[in-house]
Amino acid sequence: PQEVHIKEPIEKEVNPHLLPGETLLCEASTVYKYIQEDGSNRGTYGKLVCTNFKIAFLDDDSASDDNEPQFKNKIVGENDITLQCVDQIYGVYDEKKKLLTGQLRKYPEKLIIYCKDLRVFNFCLRYTKEEEVKRIVSGIVHHSQTPKLLKRLFLFSYASAAPNNADGRNQTVMFDTLEDWRDELERTRGNVKYKVVATNEGYRVSEKLPLYFVVPICVSEENILKYEGRGIPIWCWSCHNGAALLKMSAFPKEQDDSTAQTQKAFLDGIYKTISKPPYELLKMDDLSSSLPSLQDIQTAYTRFKQLFLIDNSTDFWATDVKWFSLLESTNWLEIIRRVLKKAIEVVECLERQHTNVLLIEESATDLCCVISSLVQVMMDSHSRTKSGFQSLIQKEWVAGGHCFLDRCNHLHKSDKEEAPIFLLLLNCIWQLVQQYPPAFEFTETYLTVLSDSLYVPIFSTFFFNSQHQKDTNTSGESLKTQSGPFRFLTVWDWSVQFDPKAQAFLNNPLYAEKPKPDKSQRKTARFKHQRQLSLPLTQTKPSTKRGFFREETDHLIKNILGKRFGKLINSSDEPPNSFREFYDSWHSKPVDYHGLLLPHIDGPEIKVWAQRYLRWIPEAQLHGGGTIATAAKILDLMEEVQSLQVKMDEEHSQAISGNVHSIPVLRNSARLSSLFPFALLQRQSIKPALPTSTWKDLEDEDDLVKRDDEFVDLSGDLS
Amino acid sequence: MASSSTPIYNSNSLESSSGKRTLKDGTNWEQHEEIPRLPGETRVTDKDVIYMCPFNGPVKGRVYITNYRLYLRSVENDPVVVLNVPLGVISKIEKMGGASSRGENSYGLDITCKDMRNLRFALKQEGHSRRDIFEVLTKYAFPQSHNLGFFAFANEEKFSENGWMVYNPMSEYRRQGLPNERWRVTFINEHYGLCDTYPSLLVVPYNATDDDLKKVAAFRSRNRIPVLSWIHPETQAVIMRCSQPLVGMSGKRNKDDERYLDIIREANGQISKLTIYDARPNVNAVANKATGGGYESEDAYPNAELFFLDIHNIHVMRESLKKLKDIVYPNVEESHWLSSLESTHWLEHIKLVLTGAIQVADKVSSGRSSVLVHCSDGWDRTAQLTSLAMLMLDSYYRTIEGFEVLVQKEWISFGHKFASRIGHGDKNHADADRSPIFLQFIDCVWQMSKQFPTAFEFNEQFLITILDHLYSCRFGTFLYNSESLREKEKVTEKTLSLWSLINSEKSKYINPFYTKELNRALYPVASMRHLELWVNYYIRWNPRIRQQQPNPVEQRYMELLALRDDYIRRLEELQITNSSRIPNSSASSASPSQMVSHLQTHF
Repeated sequence: PQEVHIKEPIEKEVNPHLLPGETLLCEASTVYKYIQEDGSNRGTYGKLVCTNFKIAFLDDDSASDDNEPQFKNKIVGENDITLQCVDQIYGVYDEKKKLLTGQLRKYPEKLIIYCKDLRVFNFCLRYTKEEEVKRIVSGIVHHSQTPKLLKRLFLFSYASAAPNNADGRNQTVMFDTLEDWRDELERTRGNVKYKVVATNEGYRVSEKLPLYFVVPICVSEENILKYEGRGIPIWCWSCHNGAALLKMSAFPKEQDDSTAQTQKAFLDGIYKTISKPPYELLKMDDLSSSLPSLQDIQTAYTRFKQLFLIDNSTDFWATDVKWFSLLESTNWLEIIRRVLKKAIEVVECLERQHTNVLLIEESATDLCCVISSLVQVMMDSHSRTKSGFQSLIQKEWVAGGHCFLDRCNHLHKSDKEEAPIFLLLLNCIWQLVQQYPPAFEFTETYLTVLSDSLYVPIFSTFFFNSQHQKDTNTSGESLKTQSGPFRFLTVWDWSVQFDPKAQAFLNNPLYAEKPKPDKSQRKTARFKHQRQLSLPLTQTKPSTKRGFFREETDHLIKNILGKRFGKLINSSDEPPNSFREFYDSWHSKPVDYHGLLLPHIDGPEIKVWAQRYLRWIPEAQLHGGGTIATAAKILDLMEEVQSLQVKMDEEHSQAISGNVHSIPVLRNSARLSSLFPFALLQRQSIKPALPTSTWKDLEDEDDLVKRDDEFVDLSGDLS
Repeated sequence: MASSSTPIYNSNSLESSSGKRTLKDGTNWEQHEEIPRLPGETRVTDKDVIYMCPFNGPVKGRVYITNYRLYLRSVENDPVVVLNVPLGVISKIEKMGGASSRGENSYGLDITCKDMRNLRFALKQEGHSRRDIFEVLTKYAFPQSHNLGFFAFANEEKFSENGWMVYNPMSEYRRQGLPNERWRVTFINEHYGLCDTYPSLLVVPYNATDDDLKKVAAFRSRNRIPVLSWIHPETQAVIMRCSQPLVGMSGKRNKDDERYLDIIREANGQISKLTIYDARPNVNAVANKATGGGYESEDAYPNAELFFLDIHNIHVMRESLKKLKDIVYPNVEESHWLSSLESTHWLEHIKLVLTGAIQVADKVSSGRSSVLVHCSDGWDRTAQLTSLAMLMLDSYYRTIEGFEVLVQKEWISFGHKFASRIGHGDKNHADADRSPIFLQFIDCVWQMSKQFPTAFEFNEQFLITILDHLYSCRFGTFLYNSESLREKEKVTEKTLSLWSLINSEKSKYINPFYTKELNRALYPVASMRHLELWVNYYIRWNPRIRQQQPNPVEQRYMELLALRDDYIRRLEELQITNSSRIPNSSASSASPSQMVSHLQTHF
């Protein structure tokens, strides 16, 4: 019944653009791709291919190429879906949608691919040869949805075909050497109380810990070795007043009483050593009991993202009617709020109470990473620069041992391990970015493409569970491959994905750069180790001590032994409004974009990251509107200022024009759509989008609804 | 440095708890303290009270009452708490507690305001101390109920601009290219003889005689006949407004009305049908037949297409705003913010109004068909729809002056019953005629300006200022229900226009991102994904929610503008110096690249 008004397919040989190491696995021609829009079935014919890297649709008449988008990913094109980016695949049989997972008995007429970056592709296979349909559908399902071995990741084919010779370090501190940690300790002035240890060289302590990490000076090697690094406070960051943020992986619950006793004694011992000054104050927070579980987070996100994977216009407007309650029922925004709130609580301890904070979690590699990263972004303006933020991700997540492979379920090994923890961090950071635009060197577009990069398996950054796993797989010793050792790319080398013009969109033109120290001083310090001067040194007033470290030990031990306590940070020995007071008093003062930054967390302030979640939905598009409209004005003006500057330099006849940031050049900026810089080839129609279903029901106000505005009997006038 | 500026407070009526003010001599501060006073404003009384601030707790202070405002200043100076509330904002004054009430601060006054807040004052129980203040407040807050005039008639402010000159109907119609060979200006309503709620000057089809108009008037509720609001410069399709036809239960027809609508349809030279948008829900339109109203049936108007826009009545809107206030004042609903917001339906109503206006605009623009808009009487929902559609289609209305004209024309002159809807100076706070229809319109405008941040010449402050003076009674602009009444009260002679205030300090209300674009239709997306609660208006009293002021993005832009202008100036200087060929003459000026980094750090 569907009428397809499109020219006959043009027989033309189009070949996929293949990366080094990429091989074509299967293909099908005369596939019809719908431009998901208005149910008019408009679209284009082309070839659908599947490689060991991606699924790609190759447009038969790629005439639209003369309109080169201003923001283009060099690795993943508009019609490319990396195998790891595929979220769900549905087949349509007689108008019915069915999830495709493993072996198929029947082959569908239509294929709907939902992507993890929220794109939705609709392919019609009705005009494709049956043989090709079989091959392409089972190929796509097999390669994107079934379990695979780590070594079969495209990462390895790519690395062996295109060895990375670039230095790749580009200002980002990788935290894989002793020196990187020493520099970080020095930068934060944590070196008085903390030391880097190399105890884990050769991974003799634990395969989960990085080779090098930082512990309190008094912790001995012996102690570290005893429980494979468990029960040892590991340093994350030191605050300007000397208070430190620490994390610790908890002991597993022991049934055996004597083992539990030994562990208790061990912890007692550790804390007795530490409780000598200057380590006196410590607060503990068991994140696994004070924050939602990974399972909750996964469930919430699964529901949340579903709201943005829109099939068609009708779907869009149908969900619009109850949009707010739908959003709320996912619980995703509430989780963001709780995580931000927790981070503020930790900040309050560090900043105002001058108290060390110890975050505890089963493995200390999930919510610990989220909270410690957020705390650093809020307190340390260095983490709000691009390189500082990237170094932070390296420190807390990559070196910190976040199981990217399992949490993203890249290998489809176990759905149970999947949880969007890193995405949760990016969502929280986005709240800060949109609340304080001048405080960040990067843009929301940066965060969006970073989230997309989670699914691009040419970078090692997000494709290992730990440093150990990466090291063992890099050396090639475990396999008989001749190609090892591999040299992987890092995602932080943005030039791999974007040319300089596009990279400019990652830099925030509003960023309020920090006043630079004197030129003479600048030369002495290497930039990546630049000392952090932004945090004002508050006077060390006598701290209002509520509990010394020793008294806290019992709490800790009970906690670790399984008797979980509620929100330890807000425990009873503290006035309940101390958090609120801190929060309110900070918000009543003017913002210093280089100082402490606290997010607003009241209901109306927590928003949906519109750019990431709405960018592919044509109905949500604002022509000539959205935040890009003002951003474009600023960029245009900056360009003008720059050209004036060049002119002035010429007048001065001094050829040096300073270290000028490159500014994105926008063509016809007045007509940019709010989807910019994504989905540029979406519809350009000027017809307004009109709701197709609206709410009318006001059941609880029936009597009001029926009334007229003003009751006057008009019939009387006429008689 | 520049970025970390102190918050700016609305001079008009914001509660300020900043410690900005310097401490005056501790003794006799009452005498020294300058209480703001407008020319013509007279002091009535003052009294020591405790202001029960919902955010900072009880605040000792002295309250001053004039014939225009209630002003409170705290005794304590850290922080200084100041309340500056025009009496017109007051909706209800209640006594709380009795002379025998126990409990601390339980005896006093509870004042409900029209601008989303409540004020509570506790007084000493001895000697009926609140009686005087209650009476004075009641008298001056509700002058209409006490045979007193509005403050607007006593106001002696002077402004450099005369806001009454902003709107001249004749020149506005001329701007639209009217009259032309198909549309004429009629003075039939010069003395409000045809319709006492319409303006005196109307634009009607050239082919309809004044006699025809009179006959049509008999068939339209309150004689509000279809007249032209706006004409599309290219398609010549028009937006007409009117009230419902008097169809009644028996399904009456009126040949003159039917013919008149046909004349309208033909006037733009298109053969398409005339589109009628009835703003009401279908069921309400049907129900209206029982009281003599109704809608245009297909039988009687075969050349017209009728659509219902499902916008609810004034009572539903009033309840919705009441619910909204419950979730934002004094505390913002914490745990279930989104579902609470949804349950107020406020944004759903906004969505429906915008959706209706988009349909009207799109029909006229791309559908090239003339439209007729009405609801029951054509002064509430109709005004919302026509003015919003005009705002979408005509970029002139997106300028400061244009917007003033739009409000003046579609709302004030066409008889939106401001006096009844707001209840200016009237003590009957529970009056069923009150409804936030105009607020809803301004909210829709704000939603549009939020979606298109470069399309409007005015900023958010402009809209907030309009809303503040919607209630304040400081200006004559929004007083009374119709032009005929305003003429009778000699409003333009005896009072000042709000536009005088605004146009005299326009720079305060300018959106720096404004980009002039002619003839571009602006369609907002009426989706909940984009609509948001106007926090800076509805939750502005809550210090926790207060937004960064000034907006950092705006500030950065202003800095760049200043930098550009500075460069242009310096470049000119340099060119002059260089052309005179004196080497090293400008040795003192820093290199421009140094300057850029300097200015960036400033931000």
